[in-house]
Amino acid sequence: MTELPRVTRRGALLGAAALLGAPAISRAQSDTLRFGHLTPRTGFLGPLGEFAVQAATLAMDEVNAGGGINGRKLEISFEDSVNPQTANSKAERYIQRDGIRYILGEINSASALAIGQVVQREGAMFINTGANSDALRSTDCRRNMFHIEGQNSMYVKAVGRALMEKGLIRDKKAYALTADYAFGHDLLKVAKRFLGENGGTIANEDLIPTDLTDFSPFLLKLRRARPDVVVANLAGAQITNFLKQYSEFGLAMPVAGFGFDTALAWGAGSGNFLGTWPTMWHHRLENAAAKKFTADFRGRFGRPPENQAWGDYNAVKILAQSMNELKSNDVAKVVEHLQKGARFNVLKDRESYFRARDNQIMTEMYAISALPPAEQKDRFDIFTSSPPIPGPGESLEAIASTPDEASCTFPS
Amino acid sequence: MEFFDLLEQVLNGLLIGAYYLLIALGLSLIFSLGGIVNLAHGAFYAIGAYLTVALAPSLGFGGAFIAVPVLVALLGLVIERFLLRRFYRADPVLSLLLTFGLAMVAEQTLRMVFGAAPIPFSIPAALRGQVEVGDFIYSRYRLMILGVAALCVLGLWLLLRKTHFGRVVRAGVQNPDMVGALGISLRPYMSAVVMIAVGLAALAGVMLAPVLGVHPAMGAEVLTFAFVVVVIGGLGSFWGVVVAAIIVGVVRGIAAYAFPPATEASIYLLMLLVLLLRPRGLFGERIAKFE
Repeated sequence: MTELPRVTRRGALLGAAALLGAPAISRAQSDTLRFGHLTPRTGFLGPLGEFAVQAATLAMDEVNAGGGINGRKLEISFEDSVNPQTANSKAERYIQRDGIRYILGEINSASALAIGQVVQREGAMFINTGANSDALRSTDCRRNMFHIEGQNSMYVKAVGRALMEKGLIRDKKAYALTADYAFGHDLLKVAKRFLGENGGTIANEDLIPTDLTDFSPFLLKLRRARPDVVVANLAGAQITNFLKQYSEFGLAMPVAGFGFDTALAWGAGSGNFLGTWPTMWHHRLENAAAKKFTADFRGRFGRPPENQAWGDYNAVKILAQSMNELKSNDVAKVVEHLQKGARFNVLKDRESYFRARDNQIMTEMYAISALPPAEQKDRFDIFTSSPPIPGPGESLEAIASTPDEASCTFPS
Repeated sequence: MEFFDLLEQVLNGLLIGAYYLLIALGLSLIFSLGGIVNLAHGAFYAIGAYLTVALAPSLGFGGAFIAVPVLVALLGLVIERFLLRRFYRADPVLSLLLTFGLAMVAEQTLRMVFGAAPIPFSIPAALRGQVEVGDFIYSRYRLMILGVAALCVLGLWLLLRKTHFGRVVRAGVQNPDMVGALGISLRPYMSAVVMIAVGLAALAGVMLAPVLGVHPAMGAEVLTFAFVVVVIGGLGSFWGVVVAAIIVGVVRGIAAYAFPPATEASIYLLMLLVLLLRPRGLFGERIAKFE
């Protein structure tokens, strides 16, 4: 009887050794190059993470169809980042255990910060595809962390222009509902600055817990306060809930948001989407590259891509293109290449580049406005878009933070 | 004016309490009779919401309102018969693990079948609009939810108090061995209780699909609140759960008015307070088999 447990224990040991050895075996294969992808796939940001994973997969397949990266096949490892602590430990595991040098993804600003610190310490590189906080581009900036997602300042200034044209800012009182975490606090600060500079005021502001699903107490407060405009600085599933219930309560005040994800508007249902919102990209753009991406994504996943898909798709493409142009997979060279202002086609009219000062992508944005329910053709084509912001003759930096607003000194 | 605003929030809190109630009542029933902390209860609510979105185009919202709770109750029957039944007399940790696992399987299945993004669904046109009561304005749809919840509470109370079925269930909660000694098998009663409980959760899913985002994690979102309600109300007490749901709704409304960041945290503070002062909950009964 004493033999039996010892045998099984040895068996378990062997099994464990095989499991632990597996990554080493795949690492030994020099014909593949691996990226690590980390983003929330569950929780209130999970709906967006799914788009990110699908888009990165599409980009990976396109890179491989075009010959891979310097002759090697690209492989992306996908993980749910869950929260900042888990994001931190998974980033460390990617780098230390799996030998991965390039990580991309994220939506949560606090998780992006954690990953940024890990890659900087380990000499790896991170492209943030979905975290907006200005702090990531200023006080918390890292030389090896690049941002294909817009910063909060860009979102505020892009949609702010559209709101100015609609007369919703000067001499107007706004009621701000803000997601109560790093992203929201940062966005509220930037939004207040913008409104202050342009003659508007935030007369009321409420911080909304991220796990709140029922907005009725706040809708009652909105109705009593009668602001000129409702500003929603919400995130993730909050946006869907807010839109549905705002419409349920039949409130008529104009709505604008300084942070937004199209998928959440699609999830609200017909007649529930309203207001004016900023976005990095949307599927109704007319340029050839955008149309091809939309058609390919739709053909494969049965729905059009949105802004989050755009970020992750382009992050993969930018890394692959840079490494192929440099004929090198070396992190330091790729970082230098991007900091020197390499230009990329990111499915828009103008080419984009990363600003050396804070590694923020300089790119066109759009303000989208909800179509009246009668004019919404299907569940996806529910908005119209402004022309690109900034306009054709303007510097792409016109909507980005100025050094006074957010300055970055890369820690050495 | 201030008082008026506060009063409006308190009344709204009563409405919100109705959401938690349908889910909390079922949780309380299953725990009282079977001794199982059903962490998968939120999953039945989510499945109810998804089935509504899937069936409403063919059956209409009214059809889904009837069909979905019945379908989910049948699912509950299957799960009771093949899984829960094995754990009534077992260490509670085992049933906790089982139902936690079920909840994860359900959430991930919804994600795989329907995707992670919220699925669009709106209030049927006929039920949209507002009702003005004096200076207060309410969403007509929410008043309907309140009405349905009140009917469910009344129906369940009559079932438990005025019928033979209810007498056996109540006796089973207090002393299952004695019920067995009298020659009554609790098994069919337990099946029926699980069906009623998950049917009510599914009904909540049907009614909330139009006003809340329909996404895979919606079950997990609602479950915590339902637990807080059961804990505050006290185990085994029907009216305890009802009163707790109302109190939780009202406290949440007051917090949203006075200090918004604590809107959700307020109910956990309330639970802490109740547990400190009355560990059995507000109306908790002494149940011999759990002592």
